[in-house]
Amino acid sequence: MRSPDGVVSTPARRWRSSLLDHHQGPARRWRSSLLDHHQGPAHRVVVALAIVGTLALSGCGGEDDEQTLTVLAAASLTETFTALAEEFEAEHTGVTVRLAFDSSATLAQQALEGAPADVLATADERTMDLAREALATEPRTFASNSLVLVAPTDGRTEVDGFDDVASGRASYVACVPTAPCGALWVALAADQQVDAQPVSLEVDVKAVLAKVVADEADAGVVYATDAVSAGPAVATLAIPGADAFTTTYPAAVLDQAREPGLAEEFVELLLSEIGRDVLDAAGFALP
Amino acid sequence: MTSASTPSRAPSLGRPPLLLLLPGSLGAALLVVPLVALVLDTPWSDLGTQLADPAVRDALWLSALTSALTVGLCVLLGTPLAWLLARVEFPGRRLLRGLVAVPLVLPPVVAGVALVAALGRNGLVGAPLLAATGWTIPYTTAAVVLAHTFVSLPFFVLSVEGALRTAGERFDVVAATLGADRWTTFRRVTLPSALPGLAAGCVLAWARSLGEFGATITFAGNFPGTTQTMPSLIYTTLQADPAAARTLSMLLLVVSIGVLVGLRRRWLGTP
Repeated sequence: MRSPDGVVSTPARRWRSSLLDHHQGPARRWRSSLLDHHQGPAHRVVVALAIVGTLALSGCGGEDDEQTLTVLAAASLTETFTALAEEFEAEHTGVTVRLAFDSSATLAQQALEGAPADVLATADERTMDLAREALATEPRTFASNSLVLVAPTDGRTEVDGFDDVASGRASYVACVPTAPCGALWVALAADQQVDAQPVSLEVDVKAVLAKVVADEADAGVVYATDAVSAGPAVATLAIPGADAFTTTYPAAVLDQAREPGLAEEFVELLLSEIGRDVLDAAGFALP
Repeated sequence: MTSASTPSRAPSLGRPPLLLLLPGSLGAALLVVPLVALVLDTPWSDLGTQLADPAVRDALWLSALTSALTVGLCVLLGTPLAWLLARVEFPGRRLLRGLVAVPLVLPPVVAGVALVAALGRNGLVGAPLLAATGWTIPYTTAAVVLAHTFVSLPFFVLSVEGALRTAGERFDVVAATLGADRWTTFRRVTLPSALPGLAAGCVLAWARSLGEFGATITFAGNFPGTTQTMPSLIYTTLQADPAAARTLSMLLLVVSIGVLVGLRRRWLGTP
C-alpha cells in the first residue's frame, strides 16, 4: 500500500486531501467569494450572505445530513476493512466510511498528532501503544495473524518446504525488523535457528509479496492473510513454530473522534459475527 | 572609491520591486526553513552513537562507494553519448535525446520497476543473462550502481551535451584541417573545452546518486552492507525511531554539503 519512494499510499493521500477540504473548505470558499465580489455595494451583500451561509452550514453540518466515519487501518487490513466499511454503510444510512491504510507506525503517529479520525486499527500492540495518549477507549483485539512462507507458483527455484529456505538453498525476502512483520520474523527465525539471511529487507509486507509474485525471489515471509490475498500466484508453505509467534490486531476509538458513537459501533462490528466471518475468510485467526 | 560608486549606480536601477521581492523571499524561505528546522530538531548528541553503529557505517560507506562508481560509470558511458548527441548527425537523434531525458521526469519507483522488467531475473535482458552466465543482478551492490546510473546519467549527459554545444564545432573543424583524426580531436580539443560541463555533470550525477532511494529499494532491495544506502537506512529507521532518522539525515546532509563545497573550491574555481 505504500510505495518505496516514501510516499504515502494513494488511499491515504486521497484521504488527506479530502481531510484538508473538510477542514478548510468553508474558509476557502469564503475567501474566494470575498475576492470575487470585492467591488461594489451589491457585492458586499453577497459576501455577507456568503459568510452567514457558510457559518450556518458549518454550524449544523454533519448532524442531519451526512455523517462521516474516518478509520485509520494497517495496510494488511486493506481487503477486510474495505468489505466491512461497505457493510457498515449498508447498516447505517447516511453514513460514509472513509478508510486510510498505511503502516501501523505511521498511522499511530498521525493519530497522536491529532489527525481528525474516529477509529485506529493497527497490526500489533506496540504501534497501538505509541498512540495510547490519543485513545478514548481501551484497545480491543479483533484478530491475529501469523507468518507463512510464500513461493512463486512457477518459480525458477522449486521451493518444497521451509527447509529449502532455512538451509539457504532458496533465496528469500522478509520485512525490515522495524515493521511488525519483520520483528515477528526475527523472533521466529531465532526460535527456529535459521541462519540463512534474506537477500533483501523490504519496507512492508506488501513489498515482500510483490517480490515473490514477480518471481524476483525464491520465497518470502509474509502474513497468512497476504498469502490468501495473493491467490493462485503463490504457493503457501507453513513455517514450523509460527503459531507461537502471532501478532494481534487491536482497534480503539480516538480522543479526537467526531462520531464517537459510530466509532464504537464500528469496533463492535469487527467483533461481531459478520466481522468475524469476513476476517476469517481473509485468513486471520480470531481471538 | 567603492562607497562612491555604489550609490551612484543604485538610483539608475531603483529598488527591487515588491512584486519580485516578495515571491522571491517566499521561495527562499520555503527552501531554507525546512533545512533550518531539521538542524534545530536534530539530537546532535546522538551523532557519535550513530556513527559507531555498524549499520550506519555500512550504509555511509556503501553510499560513498556506489555514488563514486556511479560518477565513474556516467563519465565512461555518458561522455561518449553526449558527444554523439552533440556532434554526430544520425537518424533518430532527436528521439534519442528525448528518451535520454525521460528518467528526469520518471518517478524513481517507476525507474525501479522498469529496471526489474529489464534486468530482473525474469527480465528482458536479465533472463537470458541468467541462462547464459548464472548471474542475477538484483540484491547486489552492482544493482545499486546500475539503478543510480539510470537516474543520474541524464543529468550528466545533458550537462556535457550542453557544454559541447556551447563550445561549438569551430575548434573541431580547425583541428581536422590541421590533420587530426576524429579521436585525437575528441581527446585533445573537444573534451578539454567541455571540462567545466563535465565537472558540473559529475557533481549533479553524484548528488543525484547520493540521494537516490526509490529506484534502489525497488530494484536492488535493502540489505545492510550490500544494498542498504543511507537514504534506505533513513527510511527504514524512520519507521521505528524518527529522532534517529533525523540524525542520520543530518549526517547525510553534512557529508554532501561538505563534499559539494570542497568540489566547488577545487574544481569549479568559484567561491
